[in-house]
Amino acid sequence: MLPSAFDYVVPDSLEEAVRALTEGPDARALAGGQSLLPLLKLRLARPARLVDLRRLDGLRYVRKVDGGVAVGGLTPHAEVAGSTLLVGGGRALAEAAAAIGDVQVRNRGTFGGSLAHADPSADLPAAVLALEATLLAHGPDGEREIRAGDFFLGPFATALRPGELLVGARMEIPEGSRGAYVKLRHKASGFALVGVAAVLEMDGSTCRRARLTVTGTGGRPLRLEETEEALAGLSLEDGRAVREACSGAGEVLEDVHDDLHGSAEYRRAMTSVMATRAVLRAVG
Amino acid sequence: MATTTVPKQIGARVRRKEDPRLITGASTYTDDLKLPGMAYCTVLRSPHAHARIASIDTSGAEATKGVLRVVTGRDVQEAIGGLPVAHKIEGLLEPPHRVLAIDEVRYVGDGVAAVVAEDPSTARDALERIEVEYEELEAVVDVEKAAAGGPFVHEELGTNVAFTFPFEAGDVDGAFQDAPVVLRQRIVNQRQIPFAVEPRAVAARFDRGHRKLEIWSSTQIPHLLRTQLSVMLGIPEHSVRVIAPEVGGGFGSKLNVYAEEALVGHLARELGRPVKWTATRTEGFQATIHGRDQLADVEIAASEDGVLHGMRVKLLQDLGAYHQLLTPVIPTLTVLMLPGAYRLRNLQVELKGVFTDKTPTDAYRGAGRPEANFIIERVLDLIADATGIDPIEVRRRNFFPADAFPADTCTGLTYDSGNYQAAVDLLLETVDYDALRREQAQRRERGELMGIGVACYVEICGLGPSAALPAGGWEACTLEVRRTGRVVVKTGVSPHGQGEETTFSQIVADALGVGLNDVEIAHGDTDYVPEGIGTFGSRAQAVGGAALSMALEDVRDKSRKIAGHLLEADPEDVVFDEGKLHIRGAPDRAVGFQDVVTAAYMADDLPEGVEPGLASTRFFEPSNFTFPFGVHLCVVDIDPDTGEPSIRRYVAVDDCGNVINPMIVDGQIHGGVAQAIAQSLYEQAVYDADGQLVTGSLMDYAVPRASYLPSYELRRTTTPTPVNPLGAKGVGEAGTIAGNPCVMNAVVDAVSHLGIRHVDMPATPEKLWRIITERD
Ligand SMILES: Cc1cc2nc3c(=O)[nH]c(=O)nc-3n(C[C@H](O)[C@H](O)[C@H](O)COP(=O)(O)OP(=O)(O)OC[C@H]3O[C@@H](n4cnc5c(N)ncnc54)[C@H](O)[C@@H]3O)c2cc1C
Repeated sequence: MLPSAFDYVVPDSLEEAVRALTEGPDARALAGGQSLLPLLKLRLARPARLVDLRRLDGLRYVRKVDGGVAVGGLTPHAEVAGSTLLVGGGRALAEAAAAIGDVQVRNRGTFGGSLAHADPSADLPAAVLALEATLLAHGPDGEREIRAGDFFLGPFATALRPGELLVGARMEIPEGSRGAYVKLRHKASGFALVGVAAVLEMDGSTCRRARLTVTGTGGRPLRLEETEEALAGLSLEDGRAVREACSGAGEVLEDVHDDLHGSAEYRRAMTSVMATRAVLRAVG
Repeated sequence: MATTTVPKQIGARVRRKEDPRLITGASTYTDDLKLPGMAYCTVLRSPHAHARIASIDTSGAEATKGVLRVVTGRDVQEAIGGLPVAHKIEGLLEPPHRVLAIDEVRYVGDGVAAVVAEDPSTARDALERIEVEYEELEAVVDVEKAAAGGPFVHEELGTNVAFTFPFEAGDVDGAFQDAPVVLRQRIVNQRQIPFAVEPRAVAARFDRGHRKLEIWSSTQIPHLLRTQLSVMLGIPEHSVRVIAPEVGGGFGSKLNVYAEEALVGHLARELGRPVKWTATRTEGFQATIHGRDQLADVEIAASEDGVLHGMRVKLLQDLGAYHQLLTPVIPTLTVLMLPGAYRLRNLQVELKGVFTDKTPTDAYRGAGRPEANFIIERVLDLIADATGIDPIEVRRRNFFPADAFPADTCTGLTYDSGNYQAAVDLLLETVDYDALRREQAQRRERGELMGIGVACYVEICGLGPSAALPAGGWEACTLEVRRTGRVVVKTGVSPHGQGEETTFSQIVADALGVGLNDVEIAHGDTDYVPEGIGTFGSRAQAVGGAALSMALEDVRDKSRKIAGHLLEADPEDVVFDEGKLHIRGAPDRAVGFQDVVTAAYMADDLPEGVEPGLASTRFFEPSNFTFPFGVHLCVVDIDPDTGEPSIRRYVAVDDCGNVINPMIVDGQIHGGVAQAIAQSLYEQAVYDADGQLVTGSLMDYAVPRASYLPSYELRRTTTPTPVNPLGAKGVGEAGTIAGNPCVMNAVVDAVSHLGIRHVDMPATPEKLWRIITERD
């Protein structure tokens, strides 16, 4: 459980951090360390240099912006989970953050770290995808925006380029929208066997537009488009109708994980169950 | 005893004396040790389940700066003997088990080479520079196939069956002939991985001046380890000192003699420097014993009134690749305890111990008895189901009656004392069973899944008479009253979480009238406490506490003699009170306990024939095991959408004889039941077809968290044992033994209306979801 040798730097500014990441080969950013440290200890990752981001305090925030909320890349999960700004549809993100690991993990692990790590069973990716967030990357060529829908490429793979840091995200929270995140926990790891985020735009009790995403079933989080369509125009007070609308959510998924912890069949079925629960929870 | 005062401490919920030190980080574990000049050891382990070692090239590791020594199996073959197995099993095949493999590896995690370096990181780096060429062999993974024939884990044996243990009592064929109810069921106790928060760790120092080897180890059995290390390393036993500092949990996994203990001792002797090895979590999963892994095919003969008349049981125990200390002994305990709380007279068992290319199995909390109780308590529920009689009533009809004790089982045991009906009566006073059954019927109508599970148990504790154990069953205690009045208890039962520092202090406080903080419990250092057997098999109180009681009796006798002399009274009339001894009926005619102690050491005014000093060493040899018992009930709800089970209510009625500290007994039940729930619902070690351990980390092996567990309602009956002077039976494993069938009977009960008669452990959500969806 001892990592191989590495250089260790603690930059004071974002520019310095980006420089430290691009200067030599094989540098890796270190945020909360909740995913990276286990990899180092098992020697599954052997970076030549660690660039510790802990002094970049400016990237630690949840704040109101025009029409929505912005979250800084170094914001710990606990602060996202506890933010009073994440109301309405934003609950999907707060609840996803609250569903991560345990207290220690939520206090150390960061928003940007989780998204950049892109674990296929992680919770936050489902939430930012459902909120159609805009992710902000900062690299050697400055800052650019990436849509959440374009960000997650596969297991542990994102649209970030070498040397780029995920510095934050911006998401719209439509007036009167509702949100929730529910997951069926893997009993050992606590990660999502299946997790569903729901963001619902409402006209009274009728759903105007639904955005539903699932994590844990495949290589990256996915939109459940058929279910979104089935929910649109539906009165969500009718539990049976919601269940009906969500019943096919899992069936359409392709390449669903099939392993010791859950067969593809079970994960598909649970996608429908979790989708139903997420919708009912969002409006409940 | 005429002179005993009313107990004040025994029976009180005294807070654990050891906890402040443990929870403030003020205690020393093996890995905390830093000795001058210490070097660090790491072990290279096999990535294959079964392979021939074609070559090992250690030159890269040896050339690494800071590396002091690299050894392979061949290098230490002469210096270190094989790992021991303690047993009394006739015809047991004992293939060599080396501290590092020679020529062939037999499980993922089998040690291949070791590195010692100036610091742990260098040692770890150097491991990667050892080049091993393996030729993979077919892995023996499935225990049934392994029992039937080749390939063989140990080619030279020509079989994987290490032993067969046939047992027959009564007239089994007769019982099955014309039996109106005959049932068959396969019952599996899956493989589990004991999980102590503190991983194994060993440090060693060789004192060249005294030619003495000192070993610090996170072990449950410092004394047995001392003996075995002496044999393995060829050092006289009196020149080996074993110290078990603070031990952070064991659950049986540290009731063993491990390769690293001898290896580190040898390397320290050879290098002339202290050496330390600490297991990584991965090594905790791969290279520390596993538990259970028993497959039973059971045939049941019963009558229509629910009485069990006969059982035939075919047992396969997966031993893993080698014998560890008690590997083959564990399933023989299963055989002994198969009758449970019942008057079963006709029993036939065929037990086979089978080698496979997996981590060795050995004692895990309960050690053979949870397996037995899971079988017999499932059997009683199967009979209840087949006869339509309520499970509780079926149990009552089969119990040993209260007047049957001491009661002989068909397996040759004599249950010391018991009253099983009374435990059930107390359960039914605690729980409105009929109301639960009514609720269940209503919920079923609404499509909800609720199950009620009941399981009784009898366990074999207080191990035990020396004649029945492979390495002694007595326990020793030295009691010393120091000049300052400090009472020092040196006990052989070295605790690793059981709280003996508190319970033993309570016993002393009542016996001598001293305060709890005047008592010091010393343990876990074989130089300071030279004799003992260890803490396992729920024996610390029943055997170690009994030895303490004997030593206390000596000190009390002597104290009374001295006090009688000082008070010019008959010692028979002297009684102990708080901090003093006085004449019965005349509390004013008293001397302080300290006065007696001072007199014992000043020795200028002692009664005739009384030696100076105030101390005693006693050995207790139990005449029998003890047999605690009880009945547990739980209510399980299953989420019909996800299959997730949750335990709504858990009620335990336990009888462990006299209780020294109810809070500590409660804690033992809590922990034991938690581990039973773990086996029932969550934990399972899984190997793939190639013999790779798929559940080799906490990401995959589901140790339950606190939030997965219910709160427990605990009740007790008290039936003292006549076997020891305390009347205490032992409680460390009871919860684990009762809990598995209790939870699983509830799970099965929740889906029984769907035609289900048995569910294998662990009852995972997906398994239950399949049952529900397939029967819908
Ligand atoms: C016990 C435990 C339980 C957990 N349970 C869950 C769970 O239930 N659900 C869940 O979703 N997650 C869970 N996690 C993972 C947790 O959410 C991690 O915090 C998160 O995945 C990584 O965030 P971090 O800040 O710790 O990143 P680090 O571990 O420091 O880094 C992770 C990776 O991201 C890179 N990185 C970090 N920050 C940035 C950045 N700003 N820009 C670009 N790259 C960056 C690093 O270089 C590294 O490759 C658990 C972790 C643990 C230890």
